Amino acid sequence: MLCGIRFFYCEAKTVELLSGGEMLIRALHDEGVELLFGYPGGAALHIYDAIFNQDKVEHILVRHEQAATHAADGYARATGRPGVVLVTSGPGATNAITGIATAFMDSIPMVVISGQVDSSLIGSDAFQETDMVGISRPIVKHSFMVQCAEDIPVIVKKAFYIATTGRPGPVVIDVPKDVTDPARKFEYRYPETVKMRSYSVPSKGHTGQIRKAVEILLSAKRPIIYAGGGVIQGNASDLLTRMARILGYPVTNTLMGLGAFPAPDKQFVGMLGMHGTYEANMAMHGSDVVLGIGVRFDDRVTNAVSKFCPGAKILHVDIDPASISKTVSADVPIVGSVTSVLEEMIELIRQSETQVDKESLDMWWEQIEGWRAKDCLKVTDAGDDVIKPQQAVQAVYEATKGEAYVSSDVGQHQMFAAQYYHFNKPRRWINSGGLGTMGFGFPAAMGVQLAFPEAISVCITGEGSIQMCIQELATCLQYGLPVKIVCLNNESLGMVRQWQDMQYGGRYSQSTYAESLPDFVKLVEAYGHVGIRITKLSELKQKMEEAFALKNRLVFVDVSVDPSEHVYPMAIKGGSMQDMYLSKTERT
Amino acid sequence: MRHIISILLENEPGALSRVVGLFSQRHYNIESLTVAPTEDRTLSRLTITTIGDDRKIEQITKHLNKLIDVVKLVDLTEGSHIERELMLVKVKAAGAQRAEIKRTTDIFRGQIVDVTSTVYSIQLTGTSDKLDSFLDAIGNSSVLEVARTGVTGISRGEKVLSL
Repeated sequence: MLCGIRFFYCEAKTVELLSGGEMLIRALHDEGVELLFGYPGGAALHIYDAIFNQDKVEHILVRHEQAATHAADGYARATGRPGVVLVTSGPGATNAITGIATAFMDSIPMVVISGQVDSSLIGSDAFQETDMVGISRPIVKHSFMVQCAEDIPVIVKKAFYIATTGRPGPVVIDVPKDVTDPARKFEYRYPETVKMRSYSVPSKGHTGQIRKAVEILLSAKRPIIYAGGGVIQGNASDLLTRMARILGYPVTNTLMGLGAFPAPDKQFVGMLGMHGTYEANMAMHGSDVVLGIGVRFDDRVTNAVSKFCPGAKILHVDIDPASISKTVSADVPIVGSVTSVLEEMIELIRQSETQVDKESLDMWWEQIEGWRAKDCLKVTDAGDDVIKPQQAVQAVYEATKGEAYVSSDVGQHQMFAAQYYHFNKPRRWINSGGLGTMGFGFPAAMGVQLAFPEAISVCITGEGSIQMCIQELATCLQYGLPVKIVCLNNESLGMVRQWQDMQYGGRYSQSTYAESLPDFVKLVEAYGHVGIRITKLSELKQKMEEAFALKNRLVFVDVSVDPSEHVYPMAIKGGSMQDMYLSKTERT
Repeated sequence: MRHIISILLENEPGALSRVVGLFSQRHYNIESLTVAPTEDRTLSRLTITTIGDDRKIEQITKHLNKLIDVVKLVDLTEGSHIERELMLVKVKAAGAQRAEIKRTTDIFRGQIVDVTSTVYSIQLTGTSDKLDSFLDAIGNSSVLEVARTGVTGISRGEKVLSL
């Protein structure tokens, strides 16, 4: 039990007396929190009153608790700082669940504070009671139920420590209403550090293992560096880029890792996996050494594990030991922070007597360039009346000069955004990779915009996904958030439809709804924003530029795109990484 | 293969549910589970028997270690160890059966801890195999009720699981 833990200070200080609710908000401030995304309700009202009486932590009122978690998530992905959420008990808490699961799957630091009914009522099926700690258990890194107000500072400190260190993740703090009672005041001191005997953070990797990995890496004839979200989370993009340049090896990024290595760079062979480029997947399959950094060999990457990279030695660096050898056995496992391991690797590469085998590497590049020459992402015009979704993403890339923060929802538009927006910096690509949450993109873009008011925050979405959190148009009006929404409108659930085309004989079961789509331009105008519709290829570039020129307004760009378009390349289920459909008529 | 994993767990509300939840969430199997506080009241010791190949067991121990409430753990089956399970069994004991059951209980070094004119309650400690053998020896037809604790264990020699 935590009750009774006290922190003693040598100097006599005047100690403030605060209520539980006040302590909670003060502790957030002391933790450096500037923004809090939330929605009030009965069990959280004491906390909301504490928010009213201060001006240090700004509360952003969303219109649905799911959006609060996604906005906090977007904020965290863009800044690297933890996102913070406050919701009430019962439905407030359960509405937050999807967002917590999204953050959990992508290892995003987040602290979610949920109100709870009075301690005396817990277990009695009280109004708006739900077992938040129980419901969230499988999708949090850890959770706390506050038993007494005095524990709040320590619990908050621990929550942030756990959420932000090691492999980051969401932490839930469930706070019964009586604990926040404004009438009961307690001494408040925020601990500077916190120690937990049961939680240690791996930092440096094992030097012997790193040395072994470096030797294998340097002796490789057909190497590839496969870098993922861990590189971005660990702020190691510069180190990765430096090491890749020293070695001259090809680099591929996962969906979560886009931006970890600059996409315009010649050494970048594109995203890998289910909708990865031909050259990235071929290079993976044909490699003799794979250096996986901050990746988890996800099933969307490997295709059939038994056929994965048959000739390759696998070197795997990750901060989470459970990620290593989970699906693909690592020949050299290295548990440690990507930053420290990469620093050590670079140093060892410099010192090593083994030199990169230039001749083999040149031959390897020649082969890769041959694959690259296939130009698997080429887009062909289909006349002025047909806008290809890829062209819409290209137009966004050009209008924003590649400098935007791009969030997305889930489906075809997400893959097109990943393939055609060339991210050259980390933390610019904000997408729900692991859980694949529709409704994520727009609120996440709000979180990004709040973190960086001057930046371009664009959500590339579809007419399906955007309707899952569209109520946030009101939030954007309230806080003057000039988010840009680019909706690739194909009047159907594109990715579902694509699978139905490919695997279900074109039977579009519940994936089309053209006749019932809203007029998005009128809809956003009703919310006080600007809507632009694009239906002709000839007006795409100009109208897109117009949209982004409206710097202080939220603009919804509704682009009618070709509903028959599929995302390619696409991995062939059950095959290896080199088994891909390249178009509707061509496969490897 | 069957493994016995011993865990030192923070004695906190909800800690046990995190462990049990992990097993169901990731489709791991729990054969038996025992848990009680240790001499240090802030810690519980939990013993889980589970079945899986090396790869699965490695994942289980890694994921258990990731739980914030898990302080330390050991796979007892990796080294030589002692395992015990306690069983209380109620059997029909009337007439000639009474002597026979008493003899079998003695052979298994069990104790009859409660007696009525028709029923014996027997206490038996040992490995799970031994308890199974005892039930076989008594015969299903005379067994009225069985309560087993599940396996607990400790490693042999000087190795200890402590902070």
